[in-house]
Amino acid sequence: MTPNSVAIVGAAETTDLGKIPDMGQIQLHADAALNALADCGLTIKDIDGVATAGHSPQELAHYLGIVPSWVDGTSVGGCSYMLHVRHAVAAIEAGMCTTVLITHGESGRSRTGFLSPAMFASQFDAQFERPFGVSIPPTRFTLPVMRMMKDTGLTEEHLAMVAVVQREWAAFHPRASFRDPISVDDVLSSKMIAYPFRKLMCCLVTDGGGALILTSADRAKDFPTKPVYIRGLGESVETPVISQMKDMTSSAAFRVSGKKAFETAGISHADVDHLMIYDAFAHLPIYGLEDLGFVGRGEAGPFIAEGNTRPGGKLPMNTNGGGLSYMHSGMYGMYALQESVRQMRGISPAQVPDAKISFCHGVGGMFGASGSVVMTNEA
Amino acid sequence: MTDRILPIPTPETRHFWEGTRIGELRLQRCIACDNTYFPPRPFCPDCGSRDVSIYAASGRGALHSYIINHIGAPGMKPPFAVAIVELEEGPRMMANIHDCPQTPEALVLDMPLEVSFEKVTDEITLPQFKPAKGA
Repeated sequence: MTPNSVAIVGAAETTDLGKIPDMGQIQLHADAALNALADCGLTIKDIDGVATAGHSPQELAHYLGIVPSWVDGTSVGGCSYMLHVRHAVAAIEAGMCTTVLITHGESGRSRTGFLSPAMFASQFDAQFERPFGVSIPPTRFTLPVMRMMKDTGLTEEHLAMVAVVQREWAAFHPRASFRDPISVDDVLSSKMIAYPFRKLMCCLVTDGGGALILTSADRAKDFPTKPVYIRGLGESVETPVISQMKDMTSSAAFRVSGKKAFETAGISHADVDHLMIYDAFAHLPIYGLEDLGFVGRGEAGPFIAEGNTRPGGKLPMNTNGGGLSYMHSGMYGMYALQESVRQMRGISPAQVPDAKISFCHGVGGMFGASGSVVMTNEA
Repeated sequence: MTDRILPIPTPETRHFWEGTRIGELRLQRCIACDNTYFPPRPFCPDCGSRDVSIYAASGRGALHSYIINHIGAPGMKPPFAVAIVELEEGPRMMANIHDCPQTPEALVLDMPLEVSFEKVTDEITLPQFKPAKGA
């Protein structure tokens, strides 16, 4: 890819967020798409590329009345939208299409018109994991953490601090599900879900959607919105089953995706003003900070606990409150991207002053997949 | 009958489930590169060779990581541990830990384990683990 050749010109979430029982899941996609079109002054007729995950892209295109010349249905879990951005940049650069719409919609809480993305469907899962009593993500995604704790010194208090700091960020956001401050004690006395994980270390389950519209940078200047350029990109997958992760203390998919994003963007860690690391559970920002190279092995827990990622800290992270406090429909990656766009436009309720580069990192499945997007507001 | 979720063997994994039924934990080894691997497939995931053998593992391993499930699962009463066991031969696999309190105090990382076989139906016996004797 060529850095800054493509820009995000339209970005929006659904009109409501959190609990939306009166809207079916495909309409959540459409609501976000229509909001994103209005955001940049385009109409459905201007879209010639569509990408989505969770629903099939043909259902999305048909529902919106689009017959596109480019389609991407990559569905690798909650970071699918990061991969869609990467694929869309390649498609626009190659001239396959000019204007791409990426949508997410998920009735995770109300289950209205809900279709399961079937993210756990795998032969190895069906034969070698599910029979042993793992089911929903809190019983799977958490499995490597005891190893991480023993090998690197990570503590339950460190995990609790991830939730505490993100609640501080959520307080800035009127649309966040939970905004009241919490303490380490609150987290460590919340209900046990899957030892050592307690309820406040686990993401929300809510309803919502989001959409992005991308086009070439030379056209981006003609839009009413401030262009957010795509400077670097990465993606990878490791395994559909967490028991077969090569190293329980490090995600291979994170490392590959993150390295590629830094390389293509031509930036160093010190250049990153704002960071999003998909936090379905409290350990994910820990793994992310270490695997992306922002800190050394075993340093992420103390780094967060010492306040480096909180409001006013040197590396503001998950400034919408994350999946732990802002919202988590199931495939949260779209909301991380939305907050990066808001930060690059300078309009986040938790705006980081003078932020010029945002690194947005997603996870899919249970450490199964990864996608990284580096955005900038300077071409 | 059981409420438990049970595996449905495929042609590539049938040898494994036939093994557990007769008290053998079967692994595969690549003849070309000597790599031992799991889960089963009829080629080496390291070098791609189809020249692989099936053999009975020692059944010894260690507790690599775990959670204690407080939510429950079909046919399983919480709290129960779900573990990742590192086999002596190298590969890791998921299992429950039997004959052991399901508590953080009793479940200590790297504790030696040995395989045990849990017959669930006439067709399916699950490989499980318990604290190793004499450890």
